[in-house]
Amino acid sequence: MSVLALARTVARARPAPRLALALSTQSKSLHTLPELDYAYDALEPHISGQIMKLHHTKHHQTYVNGLNAAEESYAKAPSPKAQILLQPALKFNGGGHINHSLFWKNLAPPSAGGGVLSPGPLKDAIDADFGGLDALKKQLNAATAAIQGSGWGWLAYNDATKKLEVVTTANQDPLLTHVPLVGIDIWEHAFYLQYFNVKPDYLNAIWNVINFKEAERRYLEAAK
Amino acid sequence: MSAAHTLPDLPYPYDALEPFISRQIMELHHKKHHQTYVTALNSAEQAYAKTSSPKERIALQAALKFNGGGHINHSLFWKNLAPAASESKGNGGALKDGPLKTAILESFGSFDAFKKEFNTTTAGIQGSGWGWLGLNPSTKRLDIVTTANQDPLLTHVPIIGVDIWEHAFYLQYLNVKVDYLNAIWNVINFDEAEKRYLEGKGSKL
Repeated sequence: MSVLALARTVARARPAPRLALALSTQSKSLHTLPELDYAYDALEPHISGQIMKLHHTKHHQTYVNGLNAAEESYAKAPSPKAQILLQPALKFNGGGHINHSLFWKNLAPPSAGGGVLSPGPLKDAIDADFGGLDALKKQLNAATAAIQGSGWGWLAYNDATKKLEVVTTANQDPLLTHVPLVGIDIWEHAFYLQYFNVKPDYLNAIWNVINFKEAERRYLEAAK
Repeated sequence: MSAAHTLPDLPYPYDALEPFISRQIMELHHKKHHQTYVTALNSAEQAYAKTSSPKERIALQAALKFNGGGHINHSLFWKNLAPAASESKGNGGALKDGPLKTAILESFGSFDAFKKEFNTTTAGIQGSGWGWLGLNPSTKRLDIVTTANQDPLLTHVPIIGVDIWEHAFYLQYLNVKVDYLNAIWNVINFDEAEKRYLEGKGSKL
């Protein structure tokens, strides 16, 4: 597939004839479900252990499985038409895997700093571009709640303007126009068991477990 | 000028579709989700009535489509559900011999084949949306189609709609969409579906 995928496969190469064959034709790296950095119940009471477990072991796992299957099919696709037919599966499952992988890392238990925006470059940028964390929360929550269907709300870095912005993506579309700093899943499976239809309560609660340290890491990486 | 839209009552109690769709889901779905579409549709229409330019009107299209579609879709949905015949509670799930059954068999070969295709197609929606059995107004044949989010079905006459937004099933079926899609067939109101089918076939569209 891509040079990047090939490089990744080489970096992970183990002595295995099947892998060697794969390298010689198309690169196929098997995607896997990343582990969480915290226990399923670690984000309580803000996000329940029941939701975290289902969200990780069922929903994200399904995207990983779907992505691997789609990539396998893509490697065998005999024509542009056949490849194009596979695009929705690749985008949906690939996006689902990307988005959720980012999500788990931009959440953290309060005991590990979740919810705390320490003084530093990210805080300075939030102050400059939004007028403060409260204003950011208000804007991001409003934009995310307003998504008409399933999707994600993002605090994102615009590389052209060098500014932070609030953006949204639909369904499992990955964020491509900006660098993702903080993603918030607003698919109903992300909150319904705990918050039912009351999206604003979920959106208020999640700020207690946002991993601003990770967000700042992403910001510094993007801004350099 | 136009009367405000209102939340239609369900034709059955909130627990009437159990064990296939829980009372808890029906209550939230009707009193919260559908009500929200009705309220927001009224707001959007009020705002639309006050617009004075095409640009302003176009800016309101998203709100009208989302909330209008949500109201249309859910209004159809409640009516195409009924308490289960298998529970001796009503006519839900019972497809009698008649024009609709004949058309389903003609278009899909068997009822099971129809159900399988419907469920697979609906489960395949990438996001929120609806699965539909629709009557194609040009060919007068039955098709399985889907709509995204709250888009109303415009290309076909809606015969049966199934809500696959997660709020429609998650509290009871969690992530296991297929179990919900299998269960719901026990409470599909085929009498209402046949009524729509005959109306659609008789229409000059």
